[in-house]
Amino acid sequence: MYRVVRALWQREIQKFLRDRARIVGALVQPLAFWVLLGLGFYDSFQMPGGGDVSYLEYLFPGIVALILLFTAIFSTIYIVEERQTGLLQAALVAPVSRLSIVLGNLAGGVTLALAEALLFLLLAPLVGLTPSVVGLLVIVLASVSMATAFTALGFTIAWRLDTTRGFHAIMNLVLLPMWILSGAFFPPEGVPMAVRWVMYLNPAFYGVAALRDGLYLPDAAPSAAGLPTSLALGLSVAFAAAMVGLAVWTVQRRSTVAA
Amino acid sequence: MIQPRPAADRSAYPAFEATDLVYRYGDHTALDGLTFSVPAGSTFGLLGPNGSGKTTLFRIVSTLLRPLSGTAAVHQHDCANQPGDVRRMLGVIFQQPALDAELSITENLRVHAALVGIPRDEADGRIHAILDQFDLVSRANDRVKTLSGGLARRADLARGFLHRPKLLLLDEPTTGLDPIARRDLWDALARLQRLEGTTLLIATHLMDEAERCDDVLILDRGRAVAQGSPESLRATLGTEALWLDSDDAETLADLLTDRLGLTAHVLGRRVLVDHDDPASMISRIYEAAGERIVSATVRRPTLEDVFVARTGERPAFSVAAF
Repeated sequence: MYRVVRALWQREIQKFLRDRARIVGALVQPLAFWVLLGLGFYDSFQMPGGGDVSYLEYLFPGIVALILLFTAIFSTIYIVEERQTGLLQAALVAPVSRLSIVLGNLAGGVTLALAEALLFLLLAPLVGLTPSVVGLLVIVLASVSMATAFTALGFTIAWRLDTTRGFHAIMNLVLLPMWILSGAFFPPEGVPMAVRWVMYLNPAFYGVAALRDGLYLPDAAPSAAGLPTSLALGLSVAFAAAMVGLAVWTVQRRSTVAA
Repeated sequence: MIQPRPAADRSAYPAFEATDLVYRYGDHTALDGLTFSVPAGSTFGLLGPNGSGKTTLFRIVSTLLRPLSGTAAVHQHDCANQPGDVRRMLGVIFQQPALDAELSITENLRVHAALVGIPRDEADGRIHAILDQFDLVSRANDRVKTLSGGLARRADLARGFLHRPKLLLLDEPTTGLDPIARRDLWDALARLQRLEGTTLLIATHLMDEAERCDDVLILDRGRAVAQGSPESLRATLGTEALWLDSDDAETLADLLTDRLGLTAHVLGRRVLVDHDDPASMISRIYEAAGERIVSATVRRPTLEDVFVARTGERPAFSVAAF
């Protein structure tokens, strides 16, 4: 099983490194979002309850989450086609467990997402953030859990669809709103109660909260929703575990026909 | 054409056996009590139009679908209950090559070697040997996306043979290939099969490909309507026959029966005239019903004729030239 996971992981990395558009796309688009939104709201943004936080700074962990989300989407959207034209169809009739196929693909997607997110984190000092060692550990853990959750979710969606068009539709309908309502974009304190509750119910919210905490540790982060870091991290890991379970379950069903 | 395989290749039990296979998608019956067996070491063709059940059958054999009833077994291992054993003996060539376009042929085969469990220290040697057999060594490090359709197909075939499967399923493997690439592919297949004794189960809708098989099963709406060697199937229609193409085959057949007392079978848009000396009848037939006839041919029956006769349909596909 280790060998299969490794082979599929390696395949994912190789394909990625040969696809320049993908490397750039997953990094440059979030970067552009950060700069444009950050500057656009520069004057109008104000932390609820005061506090001297620029929007560029506020948005920073949210952009990390966006990079994780985009990389996960880009590495799983191919699965829609690969089930019909790529090596993946052969994997399904090979004498290997479904679990190793899922884990191999996840390992590849998570590695890529993490690498891109860490690259972006090098820019943290630009907004005056220099994470401590403990903070960095929290950031990595939060990133891994979110990358795992998003990749597994993307994998599950891709597995059930027959066209990439469908994937784009779901991305716009589910994944992007999930990001927007994760606290990445605006803090929950400043929005109406109903929206705030939707944010609390959004599992991505806790990953972003943990990320934000990690960037400021040992100080308290602005707008952490009053949640202990360990709880946010725990909920994010639980979300990832649930998504992996969903992906394995989806693939394990014998029939791979989208009925 | 294909040489007969040595008798030693044929084991006592069949490489594949289907018994009363039934599968339905909702109301649509894809397999309707299909029973047949494939002798070990043979090239076995499944001939049928789209929707005849070929793909469903392949999904069951490759353990991706569980039949509603009946059994499918590869070398006496049940596809539904022993999927692991079946997969170890199975190679599958899909309609689209199962290769990643961004990776080279060798890189693709390395991943596949891991998937089918070829020990790591043997993998590269085996990959080189199979690439050599398929004449692909010079392109081994080229990315698949730079290969022509024919070459990509051959690379995919190398993938299918990599772990020396006992039974290789090929689902319309020449789809999208030009006639020369198609012939190359069949030659490569025949060569490899002679070498390894692999049983080939090939789904096709091309008559000339079916002609290259040892045995052919004609599949129609999930049922086997005829089975045998191409020669024996053709022989069921006699040695020579008169074929009349018509816009209104029913009326033409009635006319021939009424006016000339001939036995005439309607097969799609054709009429087959049963007669010991069909050539001698042509002028009388034209006098009796010339206005209904588009063309008349006296010839030996082809596999396509058998197909039309057994399914009652004119095939919605063409005969590709080799």
